[in-house]
Amino acid sequence: MNVFVAVYQRDLRLAWRRRTEALLPVAFFLVAASLFPLGVGPDPQVLKLIAPGVVWVCALLAAMLSMPPLYAADHADGSLEQLLQAPGAGLAVAAAKAAAHWTISGAPLVVGAPLLGLLLGLPAEELPVLFVSLLLGTPILSLLGGVGAALTLGLRSAGMLIVLIVLPLAIPALIFGAGAAAAVDAGQSPSPHLSLLGALLIACLVGAPPATAAALRIAVE
Amino acid sequence: MNATPLNGTPAATTPSPPPLPSLQLVDVACRRGVRILFSGLNETLAPGELLWLRGGNGRGKTSLLRLVAGLAAPEHGQVLWDGAPARRSGRFAGELVYIAHANALKDDLTALESLAFLARVHGRDASAPALRAALARLGLAGRERTPVRSLSQGLRRRVALARLALETVPALWVLDEPFDALDVAGTATLHALLAAHRARGGSVLLTSHHLHLDAQAASAGFRVLDLDLLPRDAGVAA
Repeated sequence: MNVFVAVYQRDLRLAWRRRTEALLPVAFFLVAASLFPLGVGPDPQVLKLIAPGVVWVCALLAAMLSMPPLYAADHADGSLEQLLQAPGAGLAVAAAKAAAHWTISGAPLVVGAPLLGLLLGLPAEELPVLFVSLLLGTPILSLLGGVGAALTLGLRSAGMLIVLIVLPLAIPALIFGAGAAAAVDAGQSPSPHLSLLGALLIACLVGAPPATAAALRIAVE
Repeated sequence: MNATPLNGTPAATTPSPPPLPSLQLVDVACRRGVRILFSGLNETLAPGELLWLRGGNGRGKTSLLRLVAGLAAPEHGQVLWDGAPARRSGRFAGELVYIAHANALKDDLTALESLAFLARVHGRDASAPALRAALARLGLAGRERTPVRSLSQGLRRRVALARLALETVPALWVLDEPFDALDVAGTATLHALLAAHRARGGSVLLTSHHLHLDAQAASAGFRVLDLDLLPRDAGVAA
């Protein structure tokens, strides 16, 4: 618990010291999503249809973009060895890192998503659903991304590898996340989608930190 | 020089307090990639002892320190602490101080924040007075609020070593080139910290290229372990 709180607080403090860097994924999210009206054309019907998917895909890519430095800096300066010294500390480190990543780059995406939805002409009743789906979905991305970042630690071109490892794993989250808003559009209840997304989140909460911890152990050895 | 009883044997005949734990390396071999760096290493580090690890570049000094610190597993043999495998002992890992060649400091944090983080992660006293006292001990008074990025190499090393001034238990210190980048005053402070640790029964395993230790080795009872003298299975691992 000590390790979790210490790492979480330190990561937030480091992000605060480098505010502009921490905001880059969010800026990417907004810019990438606002390219779609320019590329697809300004037809409100089309935009409304693709809006949930666009927001979700951009959130997914933005989350991946902020993944490579997650463990790389700690690995390079020797902090990771210190953190993993106690047996079992890896789990706390993995959980704290994922939590900090979500707070820094996931939460702003959740807040920005309804805004983007509005921009793309999403009807008002779908905005809360989009918000909730990202609220459940972005922690999944942080947890899965942590596994990818730990597995690729110390490799060159780790950034690309993380994307290739994590994107296939994130497909279910993308389907149910974007599907929730689309279900509302089709006049159905979004709750099955959101329930499945919640189940995915629980599975990742249980499974991702041990996998990350094991990968970190290997990287340090 | 030190009257503390050796551990490893049952303490039936020793009076209380209970004997302090000691580190034992039993027939340890270390592999790095496909090369066996050294093998057949048997060594006991008794309480209060300081073992100076020597050897040429690439002979596995740092690898041995990492084995002892539990960050890597030996290719063969065992690392024992208090007679039990060190790697699985939560108490060993909790009390061990391992300071690697990298300082584990963050450029964006201040000296005080960096030390506070390391102290908290390792479950040490992270109260502000204790941290300030530790930094002052290493000659960093007045620099607590300086970001690590604007500290020189020597000062960074001092921040990393300030952890030693927080220690109170007779555990094991594993130090990789602790004298690197330190000036004369810093070296003297480190020697004082090492002596205090040994006086309370703690043991130290360190590497250093610094020749001034030669004089210390004789006068302060440093024991020397030279990896160059160990059998080196020059071939490739089986």
